[in-house]
Amino acid sequence: MVMIRELQEGLFAGGSAEEMINSLFEKIRRSRLNAYNHIAEDQALERAREFDRSPWEGSLAGVPIAIKDSISTRGIETNCSSRILSGYVPPYDAHVIERLKEEGAIIIGKTNMDEFAMGTSTETSYFGPTKNPWDLDRVPGGSSGGSAAAVAAGEAPAALGSDTGGSIRGPASFCGIVGIKPTYGLVSRYGLVSYANSLEQIGPLAMDVEDAALVMEAISGHDPRDSTSVKSEGGYLSGLNGGVEGLTFGVPKEYFGEGVGEGVDPEVERSVWDAISKLEELGASWKMVSLPHTKYALAAYYIIAMSEASSNLARFDGLRYGLRLGADQDWHSTFSEIRAAGFGPEVKRRILLGTYALSAGYYGRYYLKALKVRTLIKQDFERALSSGGADLLVTPTMPFPAFKIGERIEDPLSLYMADVFTVPINLAGVPAISLPCGFADGLPIGLQIIGRHFDEVSLLRAAKAYEDATPYHEAVPKEVI
Amino acid sequence: MAGGDVIIGLEVHVQLNRLRSKLFCGCSTDYHASDPNTHTCPVCLGLPGTLPVMNRRAVEYAIRVALALNCEIQGETLFYRKNYYYPDLPKAFQITQYDFPLGMGGSILIKGEDGEEKKIRITRVHMEEDPGRLVHAGTIDRAKYSMVDYNRCGMALLEVVTEPDLRSPKEARSFLDKLRNILEYLDVFDGGLEGAMRIDSNISLVGGERAEVKNISSHKGVEKALAYEITRQRSARRRGVAQVQETRHYDELRAITVSIRTKEEAHDYRYFPEPDLVPMRIADWVPEVEAELPELPDAKRERFVAEYGIADDHARSLTSEIRVANFYEVVAKRAPSRLAAAWIADVLKGELNYRDITIDKFSPDHMVEILSMLEGGKITEKGAVEVIRTILDHSGDLSEVTPTRVVEAKGLARAGNDAVKAAVRAAVEESAQAVADYRAGNEKAINFIVGVVMKKTRGRADPGEANRLVKETLDEI
Ligand SMILES: [Zn+2]
Repeated sequence: MVMIRELQEGLFAGGSAEEMINSLFEKIRRSRLNAYNHIAEDQALERAREFDRSPWEGSLAGVPIAIKDSISTRGIETNCSSRILSGYVPPYDAHVIERLKEEGAIIIGKTNMDEFAMGTSTETSYFGPTKNPWDLDRVPGGSSGGSAAAVAAGEAPAALGSDTGGSIRGPASFCGIVGIKPTYGLVSRYGLVSYANSLEQIGPLAMDVEDAALVMEAISGHDPRDSTSVKSEGGYLSGLNGGVEGLTFGVPKEYFGEGVGEGVDPEVERSVWDAISKLEELGASWKMVSLPHTKYALAAYYIIAMSEASSNLARFDGLRYGLRLGADQDWHSTFSEIRAAGFGPEVKRRILLGTYALSAGYYGRYYLKALKVRTLIKQDFERALSSGGADLLVTPTMPFPAFKIGERIEDPLSLYMADVFTVPINLAGVPAISLPCGFADGLPIGLQIIGRHFDEVSLLRAAKAYEDATPYHEAVPKEVI
Repeated sequence: MAGGDVIIGLEVHVQLNRLRSKLFCGCSTDYHASDPNTHTCPVCLGLPGTLPVMNRRAVEYAIRVALALNCEIQGETLFYRKNYYYPDLPKAFQITQYDFPLGMGGSILIKGEDGEEKKIRITRVHMEEDPGRLVHAGTIDRAKYSMVDYNRCGMALLEVVTEPDLRSPKEARSFLDKLRNILEYLDVFDGGLEGAMRIDSNISLVGGERAEVKNISSHKGVEKALAYEITRQRSARRRGVAQVQETRHYDELRAITVSIRTKEEAHDYRYFPEPDLVPMRIADWVPEVEAELPELPDAKRERFVAEYGIADDHARSLTSEIRVANFYEVVAKRAPSRLAAAWIADVLKGELNYRDITIDKFSPDHMVEILSMLEGGKITEKGAVEVIRTILDHSGDLSEVTPTRVVEAKGLARAGNDAVKAAVRAAVEESAQAVADYRAGNEKAINFIVGVVMKKTRGRADPGEANRLVKETLDEI
């Protein structure tokens, strides 16, 4: 386990950034997790040596950070774990990478993920699945599975992921760490390879709430290159220790018992109720609330995500960058062959379904209808979180702990069901955090706290109060020792 | 070609090439003299992870055009993705407008086939991004390979769609001339740049299906392309072959149209709202743009008639190009306005057209100088034309060819009174037969004597003046 704050203390005390990063690389090379797609050894070590020569200031000065392979990094291959982007090296940095560098961080590598973020287990990666450090036979969650496994196993003190329907929170839950999906618009998407533009946000994965807040502070804020990005007030760190006294937590009844909550593992449900009791003990109150359109969320989510994906991924034709195969033929044959060979089966499935949903004659029945459902779901959250309602909502992050590699991959629908508690949050655009709240047979369980639009401060404050009162985030997976 | 059985509607793609940067990125629009693929960036190349950012000036320009075309401006406007695969389209979709286009329901006046003013309705005006440019090695149907230049990719385009109100290729040309004129008045467009205006046309014969003719790359090409297509459809009809709904490509080199797909193969573009751009509320923006709208051709024409007292025909001709209109106003402030109108509209424009050059090649100062020499009787009309031609044909430094210098160098100064009188006396003495005829009552015989005078003065005498003097001399004797 590596914490940002501890690393920084070591560096301030005169420790060598080069040595520290070298020892991380050593660990990554020995690792059996397959958490990284690319190690930016030359870039990172050069920057570390520079830092050792004349240390710079910044909230993340000298801190090594791992980046999900869907976030563009200048000079470091960015593949989205897809064969079709083989060899693609972006000529520019994503906004969040610029921000991390400005705060002094050192980018150490790109982490494994489901191909183009399409998955819940990191099993659809062209580079093979990442393993869960708590049990190497199990998935780390997805799609940011590499980022979560790397942080949980101490192969990076913090990482960036992206969350389209739970892709940060799910892996955080399965790997027993903290992950934040910020409010839509809080973090610039410039440089994030799009899967479903209207749903996704970049966010941090870290060992505890404070480290996650530190990274949030660095990456959030307005970027003129993303028209959907907004100004942020920040203040995540300073507001961290306010406690939960006076806060009201809403417990959505649809997430428990009947309805979508039906398939929830009893251990997961028990841990979440224990967490609610703990919050109450800390001075918060709670009440049952209703999110009546929850049962339509999964269908609406997949239609919107696949539709947007079918358009976003159409540009990958191998002509300007990425995969090339043999000799060139005419344009049609060449790009058809490249796409046939370059995309994995799950990506093809989603492109086909999305193409179908947007087709003339079906657009109204699927896409438009999904947008209407989305509006209703957003209104559900606004009502539940209105003044007089709850300040925050609390739910399980995933319905069950990490499952076995290969257990669900052949059954896409059962895999899609795993997102049932996370996708409504993306449809509504509200922020949410997942943090450890217990174990089931030695596997971590995640608690999801959901906030009002742009109220990350309350979200982080509540998470921090819970974390301070519980031991779960201190547990270390076997693989680390 | 009129015949009344032809129905034409146009879709005109206009590059807002007076903008400094492209529609969604900061790349410069000044690429026309540059190597291929040198005016690009991650955004206009559609690299993974990049996002479009709306160029607000482009929206302002688009509102300007929509207002000038008398469109109703939508309160809120939206952008869509039009999805299709083509090598010139690096994102495999074009960001364009679909529902809620910027402007709808406009119209402009053109000079119709019968010479009368005719109103052409405009269905919609919308914004979109330009794809790159494909350069085929040979013709589109036979090329071995093609090359792509993305310099143009992401340029701001306006699509102007007309109702099927045009009845002949000539009317189509007339519409495009007027549209270009309005766009240049608005200072959003330079029609002289490559690729500035591209035209797709829907064309049918009454009772027949329509063909869409794509890839007409100039408003001059449109007459040829449409004329070919009408002839083709008429002759097919005579042979009993029915026109099917299809898309045809205009091959400019061969000046023919080639079928590229029929309706059955029509694209499904899977339009959906662009999630990376937010809806734009433009209603509050319109009054501001409207207040700054410059004077448009029709208004300027009326003002020229009223202010300068010139004929409507002259005013129409002078205002049919903003540069000519501006040239005229500069000259008319310093020279007799009617004389200036006649000389610019009737003489200078003709000489420019003949040489296929623009009025920028001629200085208003020179025009003022020429008009003043004409007025003061220092040169004849013939001499003035000669001065204009000499200046236009001069290839070097224009300061070497001031009108005064040309007059001196070419000896075009109008002959003085004494010289003309001497020539008249000599001519009368030499033309005994003509003098006799005149005395015998043949008035026309005087023309012969005037001709001799003109010859003797090498054209520098004013013909009317020469005529008067010859008559005086004959009557004195
Ligand atoms: Zn660009």
